[in-house]
Amino acid sequence: MAEQPNHSDVVLSVRGLGKKYGPITVLTDVGFDVRRGEVLALLGENGAGKSTVSAIIAGLVRPTAGTMTWMGKPHAPLSPADALSAGVGLIHQEMRLLPDLSIAENVFVGRLPTRQGRIDRASINRRAEEQLRRLGLDVAPTTLVRDLKVAAQQQVEIAKALTLNARLLIFDEPTAALGGEETDLLFRRIEQLKAEGVSFIYISHRLDEIARIADRIAVLRDGQLVATHETAQIPVKVLVEEMVGRPLDRMFPTLDEAPGEVLLEVENISSPDGTFKDVSFSVRQGEVLGIAGIVGAGRTELVRAIAGADPISSGVVKIQGKPIGLHHPSDALDEGIVLVPEDRKGQGLILPQTIAENIAQTNYEQIAPSGWINPRNVNHFARSAISRFGIKGQAEQRVSQLSGGNQQKVVIAKCISRNPRVVILDEPTRGIDVGARAAIYDVVADLARRGMAVIVVSSDLDEVLGLAHRVMVLSRGINRGILERRDANRLAVMELATT
Amino acid sequence: MASIAGTKAEDAKISWTSYFSGGAIGPFIGLIALCTFLAFTSDTFLTLRNFLNVMDQITVIGVMAIGMTLVILLGGIDLSVGSVLALSGMVLGYLGNYLGWPFGLGIVAALVVSALCGVVSGLMITKLNMPAFIATLAMMSIARGIASIITDGQQIVGFPDWFSSLAIIRHFGLLSATVAAMVVLTIVFFVFLKYRPAGRALYAIGGNPEVARLAGIHVERATLLVYTVCALLAGLAGVILSARLDSAQPSSGIGYELDTIAAVVIGGASLSGGVGGIGGTVVGVLIIGFLRNGLNLLHVSPFVQQVIIGVVIALAVAADTLRARHR
Repeated sequence: MAEQPNHSDVVLSVRGLGKKYGPITVLTDVGFDVRRGEVLALLGENGAGKSTVSAIIAGLVRPTAGTMTWMGKPHAPLSPADALSAGVGLIHQEMRLLPDLSIAENVFVGRLPTRQGRIDRASINRRAEEQLRRLGLDVAPTTLVRDLKVAAQQQVEIAKALTLNARLLIFDEPTAALGGEETDLLFRRIEQLKAEGVSFIYISHRLDEIARIADRIAVLRDGQLVATHETAQIPVKVLVEEMVGRPLDRMFPTLDEAPGEVLLEVENISSPDGTFKDVSFSVRQGEVLGIAGIVGAGRTELVRAIAGADPISSGVVKIQGKPIGLHHPSDALDEGIVLVPEDRKGQGLILPQTIAENIAQTNYEQIAPSGWINPRNVNHFARSAISRFGIKGQAEQRVSQLSGGNQQKVVIAKCISRNPRVVILDEPTRGIDVGARAAIYDVVADLARRGMAVIVVSSDLDEVLGLAHRVMVLSRGINRGILERRDANRLAVMELATT
Repeated sequence: MASIAGTKAEDAKISWTSYFSGGAIGPFIGLIALCTFLAFTSDTFLTLRNFLNVMDQITVIGVMAIGMTLVILLGGIDLSVGSVLALSGMVLGYLGNYLGWPFGLGIVAALVVSALCGVVSGLMITKLNMPAFIATLAMMSIARGIASIITDGQQIVGFPDWFSSLAIIRHFGLLSATVAAMVVLTIVFFVFLKYRPAGRALYAIGGNPEVARLAGIHVERATLLVYTVCALLAGLAGVILSARLDSAQPSSGIGYELDTIAAVVIGGASLSGGVGGIGGTVVGVLIIGFLRNGLNLLHVSPFVQQVIIGVVIALAVAADTLRARHR
């Protein structure tokens, strides 16, 4: 796909880039080139320095060492606006749009053209529409951003950069919030823009995507460039080992074969708004049930309902054959059902609080059985959870300072310390780097070994297939079938998921 | 990670200091500095007599600030406390002086009426999903209106001697009953917030209500209860004020909600919820109390006092946000 490399094609060259925050070095001597009309994938674990590199190129952060050359001229942007006017745009993982303004207003925010002192709405609407059409987005430029889906909002971000004649777009985890079809659409746009000569730096944890979209790969580890590949067709195992820095014998732990008695039974449950309908399944002690399906299939809604977080309009949930009433998350917790939610920051953690406080919150029955809290016990409890789950942090540290993987471990620790009977993990490794992922898989297998019934919801098929004894596939809110481990493979799952 | 384990002594130090400071270290230093300054500039400031006077003066705000701390911890706000205070005093005066109820019963009734105001505010917030600012703004107007309707805007003067003496007689030469009530309530709520799971639940709700709900906390119930307690304490403050002034009037307590919020915020609480505590609020109340007292002793005009208090609020919060940015 890439043409023969040619040095005159280099649009951005980065040499000896370094960044220190006080005594802490986050980036050392990073150097690479980006060529005209190519996608350079930037890989690395969380904290490897990918985001710092992109932030420096996009003018959000200033380097402490090194130089950059952009289109033959020195590139040292002092602000994102600086970088944008030079033609370098950064598309954030989380959208930075104003939800109550129109698409056109968002595209031109901060530089609204005026005519006779008034905003020239005709012109911004026309110019925004041109870009939207170029991106294949069939919506009126006057639509409020609030009314758009996440994927369309991302297109607006791209349109915004394109109206500034961006020649290099940096994508930071662009597909984290997208479903399969939306990802395909995004990739088609990228191909199209590549043909127009736009270059890309593409950051993602999804290695299967890298093989599809990237032309070349640069791998960072601990703030240093450890490898560059002239092609994206590199075995995943090689990339992972480069990112982690050690050979990975196995990603998934072995599961015990013989699960025990049926513990959780879900019979014909439906949601009031129809996001899932008439779903039945059961999970045994010591069993891991995977739930697969495409985004919007109703997986998260289903498990939230089982955890008492959302209402059920019909059907029953039984524990050891006994129906339980689910009106509030506390009802599920009382029955030993815990949910590790999909959205760590929004639903799993209280960010301004410490690790100790976060873990203690759901475990006061154990920490303070008398009803009186001894702060020393809180810290003691947290420290044992920290060592049990290998959290890199201290009890008194705020969870907002932790990496994604460690935050996820805190959420798991706070749920599991209750010694639950049923553990539901919704997208347990989303946005988490490879090394931390393996650690979380080990935790999941360990839970099953201890006789808990475990449910893992994931959009990552390998994860579901690698971890689960059985895989239930949902599509449009309906249980399309439960596959035994020996029958479960990508093809079988995708067939059911797209029915 | 060798550092995680640490030594026993280190662990104890880390846990105890951080657990009790709760962000109130900065305001506490400010309080000490203020007292030191006043001790040097005024020869009457550093006397027991003056200290007891200040305690009397801060009782009303002090009691209200306890309830406001709970509300602000939840990420809410209660603008109605000044009006509820007035309503409580008017209900008490009307039942006792106009209808001839036993005064003790009147106090109970005044507290019940106040608590009901909180229930209504709480229901507007939890059941009708109204923003706390709007719901309590409405209650502020409603309670003030009812307080005025009771006697058509007339004040009620002259309560039983035993009642007024609650705020006057200093037992053991130190504490009047009203000041004692404030001290006891402060300790009770301090302990509640620090050492009871239900108290810690308020921090969780203020930090992130959805996380709290998924952790099994009944967020709506807690919210309703907190607004009720806040209004109840405002009602108690109304009873205390009536005892101090030996009268009740529908216009009392105007602007007290802002003084109360100021005290809580000076004490290091965050209006976005989840951060703060009784320790900080006590410091905030004392700063406002000592500042007013000291400025009076130094013969600073009340108008200038207002300016100074405004500056103190701004400085306290600015110091806090600057500290947060450094972290």
